Amino acid sequence: MALQITESCVNCWACVDVCPNDAIYEDKPHFLIDDGKCTECLGDHSVPQCAAICPIEMAIVDELGAFLNPPGSLTGIPIEKLKQFGLWKDAA
Amino acid sequence: MELPVISNSAPAAEGGGCASSGCGTAPDALGHLPDHIRAKVQDHPCYSEEAHHYFARMHVAVAPACNIQCNYCNRKYDCSNESRPGVVSEVLTPKQAINKVLAVAAEIPQMTVLGIAGPGDPLANPARTFETFEELSARAPDIKLCVSTNGLNLPMYVDRIAQHNIDHVTITINCVDPEVGAKIYPWIFWENKRIFGVEGARILIEQQQLGLQMLTDRGILVKVNSVLIPGVNDEHLKEVSKIVKAKGAFLHNVMPLIAEAEHGTYYGIMEQPEPTPEMLQDLQDACAGDMAMMRHCRQCRADAVGLLGEDRGDEFTMDKIDVMEVDYEAAMVRRKVVHDEIIEKLDAKRGIVNPKAEELGIPADARPVLMAVAGKNGVVAEHFGHAKEFLIYEASPEGVRFMSHRKTELYCGGMDSCGDGDVAEAGATESLLDRNIRVLEGCEVVLCSKVGYEPWAKLEAAGIAPNGEHAMEPIEEAVMAVYKEIAATGKLSPAAETLKVA
Repeated sequence: MALQITESCVNCWACVDVCPNDAIYEDKPHFLIDDGKCTECLGDHSVPQCAAICPIEMAIVDELGAFLNPPGSLTGIPIEKLKQFGLWKDAA
Repeated sequence: MELPVISNSAPAAEGGGCASSGCGTAPDALGHLPDHIRAKVQDHPCYSEEAHHYFARMHVAVAPACNIQCNYCNRKYDCSNESRPGVVSEVLTPKQAINKVLAVAAEIPQMTVLGIAGPGDPLANPARTFETFEELSARAPDIKLCVSTNGLNLPMYVDRIAQHNIDHVTITINCVDPEVGAKIYPWIFWENKRIFGVEGARILIEQQQLGLQMLTDRGILVKVNSVLIPGVNDEHLKEVSKIVKAKGAFLHNVMPLIAEAEHGTYYGIMEQPEPTPEMLQDLQDACAGDMAMMRHCRQCRADAVGLLGEDRGDEFTMDKIDVMEVDYEAAMVRRKVVHDEIIEKLDAKRGIVNPKAEELGIPADARPVLMAVAGKNGVVAEHFGHAKEFLIYEASPEGVRFMSHRKTELYCGGMDSCGDGDVAEAGATESLLDRNIRVLEGCEVVLCSKVGYEPWAKLEAAGIAPNGEHAMEPIEEAVMAVYKEIAATGKLSPAAETLKVA
């Protein structure tokens, strides 16, 4: 059970600092999650910390590839606008 | 401790008032301050309008993480062609940042201030931010340290800020009402959760206000930045200004919203209007009754280097710094000589009382005139076509005061130069000359070192008198000289129409 970082990541370091398991490491082209260390924060926090601070929609997915922060969920930009500007995806 | 606030009130008749330089943070305004505070700001370009002509600052981008979302920000921040807050070319480690600061300080001796301003929130990156400050306060004690924050984590770090001798802090406060805040901040990260809407804004505002009070209680100078967002917080900012003044903030910097669709921000995509220069000026004037206003902010990048309004970051990329050898002990000796010279010059200038308008033959009821100046280092210096920005001055019987600056270039060259075509098309059709003339709306004269034939004709047609007669003269003197010339033509009497050609 582990989360993953997608190519949408902008390398802002926010998740690295809040991960209780030190599971996130710097890599190219973007940060990655060590699936041996990630617990999805079970037992530490009520929500996965990386997904709770990540400012970028679609950057963190679960094992099924579902976005923890789907398009529009953080910015409030309506889906039709996201589609118009090429900022919308329905799956990773 | 109670900090004095610079008065922005109209100058007393015999004091020279705003005549000698820009208003608000002008040298005479600083003159009201106790010496220990004046000494803190006289060489800080972001706190003193006068200092920004002579002293430079730099930001190091060691703070990429953020703990809130603002609707005017997009966290995709690596575009090298843009100049606006939150944008940087490369994020640095604290070690790289320290090397960069020492190299720049040795190379640009008038660089007096090192700020950490992002590209995220410095206090959401406490380890990287404080490591940088700690090392620099030991190795480069002649550099002033400052930090700029959204305020959410401020209360928990106030003591560390005080401990590292950081005596200038900027807090961005856009509202004091959570209902307004919810329209600006979609969410914050607080106590291990993402908190949306009014509740998130309420916590942010609480922490900002608490942090502001804790800083001023410790004698740390606080500047408050606010982004003017038409229809969202424009009227509200007048209340913000009153409240932050009451809590001891030293200076209020109201900046215009930047909202372009190609930046991919919420406001850009949702077509939130930006304020016009007139709206900004009106609001700054309305707040000025309560608070000293900063009008010379250039809304710079989180990795800017140089004087405000210029960016020498390209000279100091990490690959270039890695091969520079810096003897900082020797550099400090050179830097002190340069700083002392500038301060001496400013002190001498402070003693000069400029002639009063009536002595120059300007009637007391003459109407004020806005003039645009293509200036650099305090003098009329630039060719009209080369000016990247115009400084806007108001001449009136009270004297000359700096009002604002207006950029002539687009903030971003559009998606082609960004190398990233996934957002909007930049549909610019207007010629650069037409655009620059439009930028000067409201001004009756433009002073520059030279003006070409084509722009000359177009400027005249637009009702703006081009003037190339005062090249290399100090700006305030040149503006007053032109105002006097206009007065002599009788075009300044209250009933006279706007002049077409001076």
